[in-house]
Amino acid sequence: MRIRTSAIAALTAACAVLGVGLLAGGHAQGQQPEQDLSEKEIERYRAMISDPMSNPGFLNVDRGEQLWSLKRGAKNVSLETCDLGVGTGKLEGAYAKLPRYFADAGKVMDLEQRLLFCMTTLQELDTKDVIARRFSGPGRVSDMEDLVGFIANKSSGMKIEPQVSHPKEQEMLSVGEAMFYRRSAVMDFSCATCHAAEGKRIRLQGLPDFSKPGKAAQETMGSWPTYRVSQSQMRTMQHRLWDCYRQMRMPAPDYASDGLTALTVFMMKQAQGGEIAVPSIKR
Amino acid sequence: MTRIILLILAASALALATPAAAQSPAPQADPAVVEAFVAATWKSTTGDWRARVDQDATQKACTASNNEPTGPLFDQIRDRESATVVFPADGKVLGDWKKGAQVAQRGTGGQFSDQANTYRGGNCYACHQMSKAEVSFGTLGPSLNGYGKLHRFDAAEARKTYAKIYNSMSVLPCSQMPRFGHAKFLSDEQIKDVVAYLYDPESPVNK
Ligand code: HEC
Ligand code: HEC
Repeated sequence: MRIRTSAIAALTAACAVLGVGLLAGGHAQGQQPEQDLSEKEIERYRAMISDPMSNPGFLNVDRGEQLWSLKRGAKNVSLETCDLGVGTGKLEGAYAKLPRYFADAGKVMDLEQRLLFCMTTLQELDTKDVIARRFSGPGRVSDMEDLVGFIANKSSGMKIEPQVSHPKEQEMLSVGEAMFYRRSAVMDFSCATCHAAEGKRIRLQGLPDFSKPGKAAQETMGSWPTYRVSQSQMRTMQHRLWDCYRQMRMPAPDYASDGLTALTVFMMKQAQGGEIAVPSIKR
Repeated sequence: MTRIILLILAASALALATPAAAQSPAPQADPAVVEAFVAATWKSTTGDWRARVDQDATQKACTASNNEPTGPLFDQIRDRESATVVFPADGKVLGDWKKGAQVAQRGTGGQFSDQANTYRGGNCYACHQMSKAEVSFGTLGPSLNGYGKLHRFDAAEARKTYAKIYNSMSVLPCSQMPRFGHAKFLSDEQIKDVVAYLYDPESPVNK
């Protein structure tokens, strides 16, 4: 464990140092004919991500697996009969097609909303405590982060398949896009202020462009949930959006609210066809 | 270590090599539906914070025009925003450039995780290059290196810059730059200091 931690610290340091040179000069240098090498390095990076020995996110995956089959709630049943959209209890490929419309709930849900729904309806679990622990911290594990890590991992290697055919899914897509461009609060920011141009950065952090479909969106959405080295925790898209709204000086958005799902639908659409490799590791 | 360096360089080279994909034709959302979603997303927000969720007339107009207002709308926004600009009572727009350096550097304050008394910075470096010595700067806005020198340290120009920082949209409607004074995010004193940071011949911005 100690070795693992220091390896990750080294990795963060490398990323941080690199960020300086790369972001300051990288884009100006133009394309380098290093495709072969690139592919190989990306392959190696992928291997590292999926290596449980070098990615602490796999501890969450393991805990999530146990939670999935843990009997609890008034009904004392597990989540194993929860339908995540691809059939009762089926996990493979479910995350690649979320968020999606669920007829039993009458609405579009992301994975976290769906899990809360199954906890409430199948297990009759009081989710108050689960919601209170939605984001992990020192001495506080999060069932949601663990479950998302476990379930999303079952879509690793698959392609993102946004679900946008049902009228409710269509609505979510259009609302998500509108929310992406909606300016508000004391800084007049929208998501687009920071994420709608190629090759821009804030301080030294590169900013993915979600305004058009393609690589930036694919690489981003295919890499969440992620183990955040700077926070020493597994994080889900719910947390990422909560954090971006914090930077926007907006109030904290409600956990598992429909607006966050709408934004996720929009970004998944832009990320269509991207390969999922999760849990990843990020700064 | 080298492995990681290579892979990050590689990833960025690949990203650059990808051609821009076509815009996805998404259906337009009914603004009332969007606002209902917004209200639901901040349902538990109360008190002073609630006001941040709703858009003012300018934010609404900028969102609707995709930040490219034209014709009468352009003039309307510029006039409305210009009317908010308040110059310091003593007419002086140049403060202490050393304090201005802090305003430009610091990005704290105003977040829901901050205390009410957390120092509020302008975080100019998030978007602008300023002093050559600071390599950690963003690129959402133009470089402001040598700004005062470029404007010949002119007093009338400095006054215009005060107005720009007080309310960016008084100059350019729907600018991506925050309206720092109008939003009461920065104090008049802080704005004077950061104008000095841009205009003082001794400031590292002009070195
Ligand atoms: C003020 C700037 C700013 C705004 C506004 C902003 N973000 Fe971000 N966002 C960032 C930064 C900076 C990062 C990278 C953070 C990091 O690397 O630690 C980021 C990261 C992300 C990521 C993860 C990227 C990755 O590669 O893992 C997503 C997804 C995202 N933002 C979506 C959004 C959405 C949706 C909104 C609007 C609700 C938004 N952002 C608003 C600055 C912003
Ligand atoms: C979120 C991004 C952002 C932040 C933060 C920001 N700016 Fe800007 N700024 C811009 C953009 C974009 C422009 C160009 C468009 C415009 O002129 O409005 C700009 C333009 C300017 C200009 C006019 C440049 C010219 O054309 O002569 C000045 C001066 C300026 N900014 C100063 C500041 C100062 C001082 C701060 C901090 C107190 C600051 N900015 C913070 C984005 C930003």
